[in-house]
Amino acid sequence: MEYGFTTAAYVVAAILFILSLGGLSGQESAKRAVWYGITGMGLAIVATLMGPGAGNWFASLVMIVIGGAIGYVVAQRVQMTEMPQLVAAMHSLVGLAAVFIGFNAEIEMARIASTLAAAGIERCDPVMSAIVCAEKFGQPALFADLHGFALKVAQKVGVEISILKVEVFLGVFIGAITFTGSVIAYGKLAGKVDGKAKKLPGGHLLNAGAALGSLVLLVMYMQGSGTWTLILMTLLAFFIGYHLIMGIGGADMPVVVSMLNSYSGWAAAAIGFSLSNDLLIVVGALVGSSGAILSYIMCKAMNRSFISVILGGFGGTAGPAMEVVGEQIAIDTEGVAAALNDADSIIIIPGYGMAVAQAQQSVSELTRKLRAKGKNVRFAIHPVAGRLPGHMNVLLAEAKVPYDIVMEMDEINEDFPDTDVAIVIGSNDIVNPAAQEDPNSPIAGMPVLECWKAKQVFVSKRGQGTGYSGIENPLFYKENTRMFYGDAKKSLDALLPLID
Amino acid sequence: MKIGAPKEVFDGENRVAMTPDSATQLIKLGHSCVIETGAGAKAGFSDAAYQKAGVEVVATAQALYDAADVVVKVRGPEADEARLLRAGQTLISFFWPAQNPDLLAQVAAQGATVVAMDMVPRISRAQKMDALSSMANIAGYRAVIEAGNNFGRFFTGQVTAAGKVPPAKVLIVGAGVAGLAAIGTATSLGAIVHAFDVRPEVAEQIESMGANFVFLEFEDKQDGAATGGYAAPSSPEFREKQLAKFRELAPEMDIVITTALIPGRPAPKLWTEDMVAMMKPGSVIVDLAAERGGNCDLTVPDQKIVTDNGVTIVGYTDFPSRMAAQASTLYATNIRHMLTDLTPKKDGVIAHNMEDDVIRGATVAHQGAVTYPPPPPKVAAIAAAKPKPKPVELTPEQKRAQEVAAFKTQTRNQVGLLVIGAVIMLALGLVAPASFMQHFIVFVLSIFVGFQVIWNVSHSLHTPLMAVTNAISSIIILGALMQIGSGSYLVILLAALSVFMAGINIFGGFLVTRRMLAMFQKS
Repeated sequence: MEYGFTTAAYVVAAILFILSLGGLSGQESAKRAVWYGITGMGLAIVATLMGPGAGNWFASLVMIVIGGAIGYVVAQRVQMTEMPQLVAAMHSLVGLAAVFIGFNAEIEMARIASTLAAAGIERCDPVMSAIVCAEKFGQPALFADLHGFALKVAQKVGVEISILKVEVFLGVFIGAITFTGSVIAYGKLAGKVDGKAKKLPGGHLLNAGAALGSLVLLVMYMQGSGTWTLILMTLLAFFIGYHLIMGIGGADMPVVVSMLNSYSGWAAAAIGFSLSNDLLIVVGALVGSSGAILSYIMCKAMNRSFISVILGGFGGTAGPAMEVVGEQIAIDTEGVAAALNDADSIIIIPGYGMAVAQAQQSVSELTRKLRAKGKNVRFAIHPVAGRLPGHMNVLLAEAKVPYDIVMEMDEINEDFPDTDVAIVIGSNDIVNPAAQEDPNSPIAGMPVLECWKAKQVFVSKRGQGTGYSGIENPLFYKENTRMFYGDAKKSLDALLPLID
Repeated sequence: MKIGAPKEVFDGENRVAMTPDSATQLIKLGHSCVIETGAGAKAGFSDAAYQKAGVEVVATAQALYDAADVVVKVRGPEADEARLLRAGQTLISFFWPAQNPDLLAQVAAQGATVVAMDMVPRISRAQKMDALSSMANIAGYRAVIEAGNNFGRFFTGQVTAAGKVPPAKVLIVGAGVAGLAAIGTATSLGAIVHAFDVRPEVAEQIESMGANFVFLEFEDKQDGAATGGYAAPSSPEFREKQLAKFRELAPEMDIVITTALIPGRPAPKLWTEDMVAMMKPGSVIVDLAAERGGNCDLTVPDQKIVTDNGVTIVGYTDFPSRMAAQASTLYATNIRHMLTDLTPKKDGVIAHNMEDDVIRGATVAHQGAVTYPPPPPKVAAIAAAKPKPKPVELTPEQKRAQEVAAFKTQTRNQVGLLVIGAVIMLALGLVAPASFMQHFIVFVLSIFVGFQVIWNVSHSLHTPLMAVTNAISSIIILGALMQIGSGSYLVILLAALSVFMAGINIFGGFLVTRRMLAMFQKS
């Protein structure tokens, strides 16, 4: 009876979760969709607490309440520019939880095995579960006080235990990588760890070695070498997560974060297998595939393969880069203001620099003023702008820029030739014409925003340096480009009073 | 250093090379300034205005040449003036070294340095000191004004109570700086403007100024970039074609402004006598090339004539001088920019850097030697408009074939993946127990659903998507909840920690998603 209720609740919860993800196809339906997710989660927790196997209600509730309170405070306080860090930090929690739960399963398995051994039952037929085995040997009371998860483990037959071991091992492995990887990603995004790609001597061979070592440990673990193999593997996986993400630079973070998102899903699914919990499997698979698709979209937007992003750094170049001729011509605030006052159509291209300078409010104010004058102002968002998929959209939404003037790259790229002014704020590689013009460029073939086709381009930039990738940007040297040097926020604030 | 501007001695020259404004800027560079009395009078700058700006006024040219280290002028020096230059002194003015080799040799022998404003290379960095362009701009403007002055009708078309006035039709030949300025002035007065140039790449500039480009069908169009942005002589066949086009246009045109010049050559004859004869009485021709012989056969330099059929031909050669105040301001600014480049440290000390492309190009005599002609500049003036290969238009059959091929590969890939997937499944099913396979089905189906659902998520909502998947991946809390009630204290501790962390995630993830989604607002 209880089982039936729990399963029914899980079905409903799974459907709610699917609806919740599906609802994100539009801004309005998304507002409803998040409630589906919340309801689904509530239902799942209640059903689990009421269902078989649960106990220790008090501890559970206290922990949920404390955790929830912290989550609530964090959610209220976080700045929208800090979203990438927050998401990374949350992934690390899921990863660590998966590791803990995996270890719990191992502890229970070890306990049952040792109970059997203590009772003098040395050899047990693999087709029999621990309980059946104990009964057969005339000690049915051996596991009488087992309940909850331990009981389930005790009911598993030999092959199931083997499968369980693989699942636990996988769950812990993925969870551990997710944990340290997310912690490092958090550190890089929050600026607490140097954002540059760094590798220990040995590079990816170290990772490969650690992965191979884990595989060896898996075999040993399956043959019953004991809990230490699991612990050692966890340490190796911690190292892989750390080293893998340390080797990836700042601008590739969108891929990293979505990849970790995917991992946290797979970890949940693996744990779901080991606990025979279908809801965990369903949700883990949903989250895993979601992260995988996001990673794919990000890679596609950079015209790089997933492998090359994970291996870090840019791929080899085919030859010397095209020489850039001309000079960067600076412009002052009055010049930009005059051009904006004259322009009819304006496209703004924000990038990570806007987030760094916290300039989104000024951008929004500029947009409001220009729109009030009847000008057609739109935003062009490249899929990898910022440090998180969709990062720019959230920042602009926070600054109250209406979402219907915020366009995707494919929607707006053809409109640049009819645009009077394009303003590039803190982005570099995503507007680099070398991607189309120079077949030898490291980013050749990457889809970019063709802002140089606008009649005039202003680039708001701190200094003359190259971007994250270190690639020279011919856009800055084009005849219709003017460089608007200075901190994005200060420049825009100086510009605002001049727009009348 | 002391910068001095003498009075121009050339007859009818009204401009001056230093204004009170430019003097103020020069003083900021650490220089001091001196001017001959009355030098700016014809351009509207009194001695008092100069004195107020901190410029010393001296009485004679001799005194000025003695006092100044750098002499700035508009016209190149007359023989008498050149004699006043001394060794180590710098002269900055128009010089036309190609036309005045004797004068150049003389000045070089005297040991003076000459920076010729007409030799400033045409590269973007040097635009601010390109005096030819700033003077040409004035000439173009003034040409339209002179034409209007001699033209008996409106430029703009009007419909008045007293009848309809047709707009004037203007043809501009040669769309250099002067031509473009003339186009701008004429269009803003309301005329219908046609413009012609031998360099096809300027068509865009002409159209951007609001004129119609007179298009000439001809192979082998010349590339202006190769000649530093200037026009080069054209072939006889091209010339014939061009003249035929002009003959076609001549009867319609009310005003013709010719600006065609080829560097270092007499002006090409483009508006022949028979074309003038075809024009309507009252029409006006302004020949900006008069100084170099004129583009029109009938042009008389420095004079305005009226032909037998009533066409006025203006052949003045001093258009910039006729707008002395404006011309002086711009020229003085060009000179000031040149001096800024010559004073890199802004400490009033001139460093004549012959490595600099612009300074090297403009310097025609230095340290007793003639340094003309300069080596070619390293940077091309205008990038050549390279014809882009047109994408090949596919025939409907080819398109169809492509679609079919694409569909086939797609099918092949899909079927291939399905087969591989199915084989793996079956292989797994052979070894794994039934209880595992049950869960596995759920797993595979969920991935499938996930892929279908996530592809529809709007790009702009990717961050909320990550936050919400984050929150729901905390479903792992179920695992912890199931374990928390069983067994040892270590298990309970770890499970409790997991519940705690998942709790943070659930609340944090959902709330932050909600916060984000609430921000997305429609305009």
